[in-house]
Amino acid sequence: MSTTITTITTVDARGQSCPGPLVSLARAFKGASAGATFELLATDPGSRSDVPSWAELSRNELVSAESLDDGSFRYVVRKVA
Amino acid sequence: MALTEDRVADPGTLVDLLQRVEALEAQQDKAIQKKNKMTIIAWGGDLDRIWPTTILATTAAASGMEATVFFTFWGLFAIVKPGVRITGDNWMQKMMSMMNPGSAQKAKLSHYQFLGAGPAMFKKLADDNNVAKPDELIELAKDLGVKLIPCQMTMDLLGLKREDLIDGLEEPIGAATAIREMREAAIPLFI
Repeated sequence: MSTTITTITTVDARGQSCPGPLVSLARAFKGASAGATFELLATDPGSRSDVPSWAELSRNELVSAESLDDGSFRYVVRKVA
Repeated sequence: MALTEDRVADPGTLVDLLQRVEALEAQQDKAIQKKNKMTIIAWGGDLDRIWPTTILATTAAASGMEATVFFTFWGLFAIVKPGVRITGDNWMQKMMSMMNPGSAQKAKLSHYQFLGAGPAMFKKLADDNNVAKPDELIELAKDLGVKLIPCQMTMDLLGLKREDLIDGLEEPIGAATAIREMREAAIPLFI
């Protein structure tokens, strides 16, 4: 058994509107290796449906989605391939 | 077929079966293989058409899809260089280019144009909401690998030369290639 420490890279897309957060996320994913995990911070309410859609379209895994107290959103997305 | 005579009770069944397999194979040959791709025919040059066109194209590319935008008719003016004013060889082409200043940042609204106040308000709202504008989205599209293709026929019609258009475009194509691009795209759009 080995313990894997996952490094989470933050993509701060707060303040950006559609398609800004997704483009920022796609840029971060480009060149990253499979299994790389990213945290996306966004204020765009459209991201609540757009981030899951993006994960489905790009065949990546949406690990979690949450609304933060300040009204923004946090998503954890893992690169599949 | 690996079927032997002794395994088939009725030769008629075998003939029927082979005919059906043949028909299915012929059908499959004609079937169109769709790609995970979006092809947009950018026909409209209005701001309220070019904007969604560029948003959809960049988002598709950012989602790992192939994306192609074919600029034709009024849409072509969106990829004319901002500095280019009067183009063409005759008065009709010159007039057309004068009426349609180049680049996406000069695009007019189909509604609420208000002598230019409409687009200015829209862009102010876009700035306030951190929404990227069409000319920025075109640059982003190139960055993300979206294929931006000018229509050769419209270029000829309007007297636009390759050097009148922005950099980073694909070679101009015709209608048949545009149809091929649409046919193989899971999502073909005309905007």
